[in-house]
Amino acid sequence: MATMDRPLTQNIRTGRAFATLEDYRKTGGYEGLKKTLADLKPKDVQQWVKDAGLRGRGGAGFSTGLKWSLVPIDQAPAQPRYLVINADEMEPGTFKDRLLLEKDPHQLLEGIVIAAYAIQAQTAYIFLRAEYRLAAERLTRAMQEARAAHYIGAHILDSDFSLEIHLHTSAGRYICGEESALLNALEGKRATPRPKPPFAVVSGLWGRPTVVNNVETLCNVPHILRHGADWYKGLGRGADAGTKLFGASGRVKKPGLWELPMGTPIREILEDHADGMKDGYRLRGFLPGGASTDFLLPEHLDVPMEFDTVAKAGSRMGTGTIIVLDDKTCPVQMVLNLERFFAQESCGWCTPCRDGLPWTVTLLQDIVEGRGRPEDLDTLSRLTRMLGPGNTFCALAPGAMEPLQSALKYFREDFERYIFQNRTLKEAV
Amino acid sequence: MATIEVDGRTYEVQDGSNLLAECLSLGLDLPYFCWHPAMGSVGACRQCAVIQYKDAEDTRGRLVMACITPVADNLRISLNADVARQFRADNIELLMINHPHDCPVCEEGGECHLQDMTLMTGHTSRRYRGRKRTHRNQYLGPFVNHEMNRCIACYRCVRFYNDYAGGADLEVLGIHNNVYFGRHEDGTLESEFSGNLVEVCPTGVFTDKPFSDRYTRKWDLQTAPSVCVHCSLGCNTTPGERYGELRRIVNRYHGDVNGYFLCDRGRFGYGFVNSDLRGRFPRIERQPVAVAGTAIEHFRTQIRSAKGIIGIGSPRASLEANFTLRELVGETNFFLGLDETEHDLLESILGILANGGIHTPTLRETEQADAVLILGEDVTHSAPRLALSLRQSVRNATFDLARQLKIPRWLDAAVRQLEGQVQSPLFIASVHATRLHDSAAETFHGSPEAIARLGFAIAHSLNPESPLPSGLDEAEEALAALIAGRLREAKRPLIVSGTSCASLAVVQAAYNIARALPAQNKGLLYALPEANSLGLTMIGGRRLKDAFARVQDGSADTMVILENDLYRRAPAPQIDAFLDAARHVAVIDHLENPTTAKAGLLLPAATFAESEGTLVNNEGRAQCYFPVYPAQEPILAGWEWLIRVMDNPRWHHFRDLTSACAAAIPALAGIERFPAEEHLPKIPRQPHRYSGRTAMHADVSVIEPPPPQDCETPFAFSMEGDTVHVPPALLPVVWAPGWNSNQAINKFQDEVAGPLRSGNPGIRLIQASGMLPWFDRIPPAFVPERGFWRIVRLPNIFAGEELSAHSAPVAERFPDACVFVNPEDAETLAVSNGDSVEIRYELELSSLRIPVRIDSTMPAGLLGITAGLPPFRHLPNGARVALIKAGPEAPAKTGENQ
Amino acid sequence: MKAETNTRSLSAAEIDEINAELPHYEDKSAVSIEALKIVQKHRGWISDDSLVAIAEYLKISPAQLEGVATFYNLIYRRPVGKNVIHVCDSVSCWMLGSDRLSEKLCRHLNVKPGEMSQDGEYTVLPIVCLGACDRAPVAMVNGELRPDLTDNIVKELLGE
Repeated sequence: MATMDRPLTQNIRTGRAFATLEDYRKTGGYEGLKKTLADLKPKDVQQWVKDAGLRGRGGAGFSTGLKWSLVPIDQAPAQPRYLVINADEMEPGTFKDRLLLEKDPHQLLEGIVIAAYAIQAQTAYIFLRAEYRLAAERLTRAMQEARAAHYIGAHILDSDFSLEIHLHTSAGRYICGEESALLNALEGKRATPRPKPPFAVVSGLWGRPTVVNNVETLCNVPHILRHGADWYKGLGRGADAGTKLFGASGRVKKPGLWELPMGTPIREILEDHADGMKDGYRLRGFLPGGASTDFLLPEHLDVPMEFDTVAKAGSRMGTGTIIVLDDKTCPVQMVLNLERFFAQESCGWCTPCRDGLPWTVTLLQDIVEGRGRPEDLDTLSRLTRMLGPGNTFCALAPGAMEPLQSALKYFREDFERYIFQNRTLKEAV
Repeated sequence: MATIEVDGRTYEVQDGSNLLAECLSLGLDLPYFCWHPAMGSVGACRQCAVIQYKDAEDTRGRLVMACITPVADNLRISLNADVARQFRADNIELLMINHPHDCPVCEEGGECHLQDMTLMTGHTSRRYRGRKRTHRNQYLGPFVNHEMNRCIACYRCVRFYNDYAGGADLEVLGIHNNVYFGRHEDGTLESEFSGNLVEVCPTGVFTDKPFSDRYTRKWDLQTAPSVCVHCSLGCNTTPGERYGELRRIVNRYHGDVNGYFLCDRGRFGYGFVNSDLRGRFPRIERQPVAVAGTAIEHFRTQIRSAKGIIGIGSPRASLEANFTLRELVGETNFFLGLDETEHDLLESILGILANGGIHTPTLRETEQADAVLILGEDVTHSAPRLALSLRQSVRNATFDLARQLKIPRWLDAAVRQLEGQVQSPLFIASVHATRLHDSAAETFHGSPEAIARLGFAIAHSLNPESPLPSGLDEAEEALAALIAGRLREAKRPLIVSGTSCASLAVVQAAYNIARALPAQNKGLLYALPEANSLGLTMIGGRRLKDAFARVQDGSADTMVILENDLYRRAPAPQIDAFLDAARHVAVIDHLENPTTAKAGLLLPAATFAESEGTLVNNEGRAQCYFPVYPAQEPILAGWEWLIRVMDNPRWHHFRDLTSACAAAIPALAGIERFPAEEHLPKIPRQPHRYSGRTAMHADVSVIEPPPPQDCETPFAFSMEGDTVHVPPALLPVVWAPGWNSNQAINKFQDEVAGPLRSGNPGIRLIQASGMLPWFDRIPPAFVPERGFWRIVRLPNIFAGEELSAHSAPVAERFPDACVFVNPEDAETLAVSNGDSVEIRYELELSSLRIPVRIDSTMPAGLLGITAGLPPFRHLPNGARVALIKAGPEAPAKTGENQ
Repeated sequence: MKAETNTRSLSAAEIDEINAELPHYEDKSAVSIEALKIVQKHRGWISDDSLVAIAEYLKISPAQLEGVATFYNLIYRRPVGKNVIHVCDSVSCWMLGSDRLSEKLCRHLNVKPGEMSQDGEYTVLPIVCLGACDRAPVAMVNGELRPDLTDNIVKELLGE
């Protein structure tokens, strides 16, 4: 049963635009939901998912079942609870959720209904980035199909459980991917992050208990409910459970996306699946999980893609989509590109991020344009510390500092060359 | 309490508070920007970073922001750890990246929190080499300047303006390092509290526009503690003077009254002090005289030759001035100088406050109310600072919910997140929609009678012994029951009423409700017309109409009118007759007005800024204001004119006068306790950096004159004196080493946002006691009369008060003159918005042509006019007028009424 | 008779679409972003008049709505061309030359990024990662993804 090895993408086939309800049901779709509503209490669902070891696929890797269990579902009088699906995939270099949204929307919907049942949410919002227009169309269609089939709406499958799902398309901004900023955006406000604590499970959307889950996370849920926690755990090759969409972009022969077991070594992803570097290019380094992760070097190729192992190597698995730095791309300019992105996407709320990132950009720009000074490298290092975790209001700036701090460590000579040798880029070219 | 360790020293601190507030309360210097003692923590600026250690073994610790770190027992932190100090310096460096180096020309210079904090962190050199981002500024109206380039994006302005004060037209726009704090387009800031932006902003983005026009550095201003004279709440202020001119007013912290904020009338209304309408010289039979002595001699002669003398006091003059007048003319010849209705209302209210047995809360206490009913007031206009407090009261339910969710109340953003779910009820019964309606749970609009009847119905619903109005309709009954229900549930219910409706029934209905409330911790508060309305009523005196009679029957031929424009008190023909009948009319006042125009003898009075006095606010709190700068002879304080004219005055000094007043009038006995003990050495009004005093008179004489002596107050017109042993309540200016901005107040409070050390200013003169019988004079419902309308004067923050209306920037904020009518009435009249109507008032022969504004909340049969606007000065409350749609061609006749 | 477009009030179609969103949220102001997008869909961009019209309809202040409108990059507060071309400038596309391609496109249209072409047909805007990094460099023309761009970008995007 090959599809059992890659549950997330089992319905995604070449030659098929996307999986219809029919297609989805053919491979057991909505069986997990049926089982859930028929046999399981919300707490049981939470326990299953906890036991399965599912960790959030948005980047932070928090235990999904544990997050659900923090929602107060027993209080009287009952109050609104919300499930919010973070489909605001905007991390540069990341393109995994788009595939799941466009190709197999019912898988996500089933995950949503099960998750909503687990936290007893009456309403779910899919927060989709505006640019994913195809995904919006297919989700809308799938929601109509699912509603007609009583998978969403009132008294789902004749149970006591009802759920409305609304599709909310964003108006842009990377910061919306930050869970609490996303809630502000959903409320029609500026997407500045909120203080934490209180966490969304206590006070989220409109101050109600709210769970925010990533698309890929929820796509795992129907399979866990169908095949069980042990099966799911068994899918991983190392400590982490399940499969994951891994990807590669940059100058590799076959950039793409593959569903592979957790714990697949990076080398396998880059060499077997992406087919190695393009001719004439050598691997210089890579960002293992999107723009806000630290660079790793070829010496790290044998690190398994898992939350803890990648962390131990000095980076983060993040979204699991690898951005490859080749030997003909300047790492300083690459970092400049990244920092420009982060500076532009800073929400403007806290000082270090709002004012520190533009300064970082100015410094990098000075360096690549030949105006750099030796002390600028110290200033950059100091900024990476200053904008580190805990010092800023949310994780945007610390994420922005990850590629910079690792570039300063691994590619220092590239920075120095600009400053000490080629005074201007033009001269260099 | 919790025990915490800060840099190796242990302290006892308030449990449940946040670390920044506690550090400041302990007197430690920790820089901050976004946190504000009244607005709580949001964690945005990252300036208050400290190191927190896990336990005794932990030597590295981690960086945390003090403002969002809850205090807990055994917390160990360091302010001085290198990492924390470095982070704070680096953070300032980031804030300064785009900040212009325009301190020398910035109005904030010398009292800039950003300057202070920059110095405190030790950031001195600049490494950023790029361009600064710049912004365009907006026109924000007559009160506030905008200089966005100075912005450090602390978000305090919008948090105050929107979250705290309920404004809607100032927002943060843009994103990343291009955030912009402004309006969606140029235009006047709509909030009545916009001036607080000047003090809330930690640097010079929002500055005081009238002050900028006549700018002086903070340290060159001479200041003294003062009390706002523009409404009855008694907010504390610090006026500042330079070169004999009042330059600005800033908030003066009072833990029980105004806290950190003033209204725009109070902040910008001082312009009358410098106004051209000020009488600078005494005038005898229209001829100015140069010296006070001449006028006093004349005055004395008049008094000696008087067949009978009467004195007319004033609700805007101090206790001492009124008392001296009473002493001069004799108790039986002293008249309060109020209009008839107001006289009734104030006596009734004083009776309720003194003998009704219900506590009158301080403004701070009103913020704690968990259910509020406003009966017949538009508080934003009649007692503006109270509106700001009531806006906070609706948050109490949210605070309760936050507590259940274990969210600390100071974690502002998180608490506000819950606001949509619960709100403490605020009910407003008013003539028409008020500015607080956005916070109200239910509103009711009606005539004063209807408001009173609703009030009586609520009281009856709470306690059946309270009489029930007959003939209520179902909706009124249901509303009364609903309001009564919510008030009954409340632990700290508050009833707010006042004199705006000019209705005794409204005032009394409010008492019945308050009496009927079951809660122990209940409050009743009345908004009164003027700064010393209550004080004057406590002194007591006869009615104005009796004064008219005394002149008419010939038993009095000489009158002394103290700081009172009688034309505001009764119809002009009556006042004309009254003044014309007297042989001698002596008027003591600051500004030329219709009454001074009739004065045979005009004695120019010092304003609050140049004299001392005691005022009693609406809660019965007596508070002193002190001269900021000496009155220029021949201008004298009202009380001084009156003492000087006495043949053998028993008192020569202000202090003695206050004591005498306390001794003579039992209700005022409490004021004996101040002014404070003679303070020796005296307290300097001029800061230690005051400059230019050897040169400031050099254009007149190069010899430096000796500083004027102040024999009346604890203060000196000087830099010399004691600044150390001064109770904070008497400090002319708040300043502490390293703290040059208004934030220095942290150093003078028991705890941040708490009472001033050694006590908040003022003495409460009234202790709630006793109980009054149920009031039972329930008015019949108001029935509109075909073809006629009844005038209701609607208070207005800018136009509505006599003195502040003479401040040019305040006058710019007058609303357009128009009349408010109900849509059905408009239909009857066949007018639409903007059409003009002619108002015909029987007592005045002139008619008035004025545009109509259709207001769906206006009750039928009533014609709303804005009190204080020039065209309406002669239209009394309750006047019966006829309306006719005006033809399009007719020339405007309003000019002659202005 | 077709009503004259009055930019100061919302059209019936716009109101219908906004109303359809209202029941999805706990409060009215939550619809502000949706409303901005709906009106922008009809009018191409959000003028000052449109902003005020939406604010009035949702009973929020124009300042509050402006705060929202100026936060999000896909709300246009300046006029844009009939066709909006978003060229990804994020890291994967940048590595594969999106800078150069974008420049080329702008040169062809004789515009700077953000500017509207003289004929009012085109606006070229940079955009962050479009989530198609395996097909870099990519652009989006009127919301439609255009992957695998090459030096023939003008032809590929404009069909010219």
